[in-house]
Amino acid sequence: MMEKIILGRYLPLNSVVHRMDPRAKLLFIFGFVFVVFLANNVLTYALLGVFTLFVIVLSNIKIQFLMTGLKPVIWLILFTFLLHVFFTKEGEVLAQLGFLSIYKGGVIKGAFISLRFLLLIFVTSLLTLTTPPISVTDGIESLFGPLKRVKVPVHELALMMSISLRFIPTLLDETDKIMKAQMARGADFTSGSLTSRIKAVIPLLIPLFVSAFKRAEELAVAMEARGYRGGEGRTKYRVLAWHGRDTAALLVLVALAAALFGLRS
Amino acid sequence: MDIKFQEVEYRYAAGTPFERLAITDVTFHVPSGEYVALIGHTGSGKSTVLQHLNVLLKPLQGEIEIGSRTIAAGRKEKNLKEIRRRVGIVFQFPEHQLFEETVEKDICFGPMNFGMSEEEARQRAREAVRLVGLPPSVLERSPFDLSGGQMRRVAIAGVLAMKPDVLVLDEPTAGLDPRGRREVMELFASLKKENGLTCVLVTHSMEDAARYADRIVVMHKGRVAKRGTPRDLFHDRASLTALGLDVPETVRMQRLFEEKLGQPLRQLCLTPEELAQEIARLQGERS
Repeated sequence: MMEKIILGRYLPLNSVVHRMDPRAKLLFIFGFVFVVFLANNVLTYALLGVFTLFVIVLSNIKIQFLMTGLKPVIWLILFTFLLHVFFTKEGEVLAQLGFLSIYKGGVIKGAFISLRFLLLIFVTSLLTLTTPPISVTDGIESLFGPLKRVKVPVHELALMMSISLRFIPTLLDETDKIMKAQMARGADFTSGSLTSRIKAVIPLLIPLFVSAFKRAEELAVAMEARGYRGGEGRTKYRVLAWHGRDTAALLVLVALAAALFGLRS
Repeated sequence: MDIKFQEVEYRYAAGTPFERLAITDVTFHVPSGEYVALIGHTGSGKSTVLQHLNVLLKPLQGEIEIGSRTIAAGRKEKNLKEIRRRVGIVFQFPEHQLFEETVEKDICFGPMNFGMSEEEARQRAREAVRLVGLPPSVLERSPFDLSGGQMRRVAIAGVLAMKPDVLVLDEPTAGLDPRGRREVMELFASLKKENGLTCVLVTHSMEDAARYADRIVVMHKGRVAKRGTPRDLFHDRASLTALGLDVPETVRMQRLFEEKLGQPLRQLCLTPEELAQEIARLQGERS
């Protein structure tokens, strides 16, 4: 059941995208989020689409696999699409359904915005799919480093993030295990009325909480036992290295932005 | 209740890039009323096999006969409750599944899920607590206030209260002290003897397998590597070490003894008691 979720999952493959510096990837995505909004006609959207496809191919990740990850958000995309189809009143009328009329402009706008969604989801899921969670937090810590001067606990926040990311698979495994143990005792999680299903979750949640708290305490003790005392003067085992390809990636993004700017109407 | 595995195969995360073969071509038979030990290295597929015993996992290939039901690959199965009641699984560290306010309520969880009345379930809880050797006073306590060993027993009682025909045990003694180990293992052995329960034990301990099992299935890399009675299996040490396993301490001791003595003993001894008797008998013959 948990096997279907790809959000926050890392696929250990070997590609140029995998080898990029996580800081470059973070900056790239941050930039891309804005660049996507530059597109406003067929040509610019096509350019964006081809570019995204190119990045996916570079990352060696199968596009079918990304598609399965879309399932949870497909309804959101469909909803926005329909919203635009029904409420934008531009261009010629394509169809008349009782009091609703569908305009050409609405369909085009809906398609564009859905596409924008899709591209954003693809590119952002590429980040977690190609970067181990630890590297993501290392990258964030390094990028937000300057904020330490204004007393923002950057290291602690990054640590909290990496610990929570680290424990997602552990908790999923644990959930699976406890679920099976309770199913072996006749618990039924998949049928019955809504209230009975909610009640059925209790035998799952309580053991999960108990073990999560226990784990947190054990982790804290283990960290202290190994002399952890915050980020002050702490060196890193994995040192981030910025390569030519990272600069190149950001330059490509700038070029893309310039091209979109030139081609937009 | 008989359980038969027929060329069973299972893969985790089938159809995704994370797909992993867990077991393949697994065929074995657990005859009614017998004690079968499943041994093998970590990652050999023991736990996957175990989850098929009450259809928590369904085979992707092959079929499993559980009593009168047949679970075949690719078929939708409904009404698994009866199987789950009749095949009780005690998972590794079963104390992790405790959740109720009192021990009594927790033990009643299983029986009541299987449609028993509260009154009857309570009756069974009292019985089960007695069976696992705890005083009736624990029934009113919170399971989270008990010691680790007591929690383990309560969790085991929760499975026994379902009155299963087959008891499946996944390393039931892991993390217990030597005495607790012995007591828990003796409990299962006596349930088998007195109530005719069929037992499947997943274990790392060759000593437990030798002492309690009627037959042993050895798993290696997702396949059944060997099958046989403890006596047959532990006769051949070399083939076990090749699978990353070894013979029980008693057998090693016997081999050393035979080497010094210059002649083999009459038979392979599976427990220290047996070996001691055999040596005493030999001594009696000589004097």
